[in-house]
Amino acid sequence: MISVSALTKRYPEGLEAIKDVTFDISAGEMVFISGHSGAGKSTLFKLLAAIERPTSGSIVINGQNITALRQSAIPYLRRNIGLIFQDQKLLFDRTALDNVLLPLAIVGLPHKEAVRRARAALDKVGLLDRENVNPIALSGGEQQRLAIARAIVNRPSIMLADEPTANLDSDSASTIHALFRAFHQVGVTVVVATHDPQWMAQFSPRIIRLERGRLLGGAA
Amino acid sequence: MMTFLAQHGLALRSALRRLVASPLNTVLSLMVIGAALALPSAGWIVLDNVQDIAGNISGTQQISLFMAVDAGRKDTAEIEARLKEAKVGKWRFVPKEEALKNLQATEGMNEIVASLPRNPLPDAFVVEPADTRPESLEELAKTAAGWPKVAHVQLDSAWIKRLDLFLRIGKLTVTLLASLFAGALVAVTFNTIRLQILAQADEIEVAKLIGATDAYVSRPFLYFGAVQGVLGGLFATVLLMAAGYVLAPPVGELIELYGGGFALQSLSAANIAVIAAIGGGLGWLGAQLSVTIYLRRIA
Ligand SMILES: Nc1ncnc2c1ncn2[C@@H]1O[C@H](COP(=O)(O)OP(=O)(O)OP(=O)(O)O)[C@@H](O)[C@H]1O
Ligand SMILES: [Mg+2]
Repeated sequence: MISVSALTKRYPEGLEAIKDVTFDISAGEMVFISGHSGAGKSTLFKLLAAIERPTSGSIVINGQNITALRQSAIPYLRRNIGLIFQDQKLLFDRTALDNVLLPLAIVGLPHKEAVRRARAALDKVGLLDRENVNPIALSGGEQQRLAIARAIVNRPSIMLADEPTANLDSDSASTIHALFRAFHQVGVTVVVATHDPQWMAQFSPRIIRLERGRLLGGAA
Repeated sequence: MMTFLAQHGLALRSALRRLVASPLNTVLSLMVIGAALALPSAGWIVLDNVQDIAGNISGTQQISLFMAVDAGRKDTAEIEARLKEAKVGKWRFVPKEEALKNLQATEGMNEIVASLPRNPLPDAFVVEPADTRPESLEELAKTAAGWPKVAHVQLDSAWIKRLDLFLRIGKLTVTLLASLFAGALVAVTFNTIRLQILAQADEIEVAKLIGATDAYVSRPFLYFGAVQGVLGGLFATVLLMAAGYVLAPPVGELIELYGGGFALQSLSAANIAVIAAIGGGLGWLGAQLSVTIYLRRIA
């Protein structure tokens, strides 16, 4: 499903954030990417989402080598991946519902059907009663759940999340944990960058450990 | 297909919403665009009218060939043959006797003519050329002047040449002016769209991150540019019609002085459509440039 080989990313300033990383993730797996701050988790996330281009190496997702993809094909790749960003990237000039409607407008779903699906996504993360609220008025945990609703509204087969429980208290964090477990249970491939030890200890998932850009313990 | 239409419908609605949302900006832009389209259009309309009038006058253009006084039957037959061969258009032979009779018929000339010892007038041909372009008239006059026993060719074309030159200069000026204003219109739209894009930079960034194509991001801005251009074009036609309404009476009087027969043409539906389409096209171009440059910069 996701196959990364000999991946290296050097930023223009010369820093190698990812060095010769190789791993495979099969369909339906739930995998954590862990490491200290600055280890390269976000960089790996951005490479998997084709937000950054690697310096060398390859990433194959669903049989498609995304490092060789034309710029114009990248939007279609992203539509099949639910992306949850470290800084969430919510829009504060519109309601929670309108935030969740954005991915559906992008794929051109008729408005009525889009609203129905956006409400279903909000319901899944427990925010249906806040649909008309501006996200600025939501708590940190609620904002994170809104970002999750936006990521799943297109029913992606892969979810990529960058530190979805950072800065959350343990109650809010466990709500998020439960949501991801639910996605995993219905067959979604889930890849989460985190250094939330509590979460990783909960069940025994696969952990890809990064240290200063390198894979710890060889190929995971 | 439904998706395609829905996306365009959304983009159009978003453009209209933004036009309505800032009415002051919209009115100011429409005034600038309207003026930029109205001025060169007015130039074209004036030139078009002048050309119509000129065309009507030069349509009755005549060339007179006067034979030498000593020219005989044989000589006039020769010229007749050459006119026939040259296929110049309509022509008529005026024998000197007929010319004298015409002169006698003119008031006050009878006695003078009677006092003449003999007919001083030459035979003449009056040609109404089919091709009334100044160059062709000139050419024909020059050729005819070289024919045997043709003493004099009279072509009253100097003012037509001047008018033609004036029209050419006028057209060139209007074309330059139109290019200048077209550039201004594109620049105005470019800047409007640039400001809109900056105000929506967050939305564009997020949309692109979650799978929006460049076409999806551009579409509302392109519609905005085109719709604003079309509305500006319609405003320009309103300005032109108002100017026509004010100018019609004095221009009518002026034309009356010159013998009348021509009316100041008002804007046809086709004219209005063309001006609106040009406005829309230029607005779209300005928006396209603005969006393309922005998307390339953030890529
Ligand atoms: N756009 C960039 N340009 C240059 N260097 C960068 C850029 N983004 C990240 N880096 C560097 O790459 C390294 C890895 O950064 P990255 O954001 O991937 O770490 P991280 O594991 O996500 O850390 P955190 O847990 O703090 O989010 C860091 O040293 C960082 O300074
Ligand atoms: Mg990070």
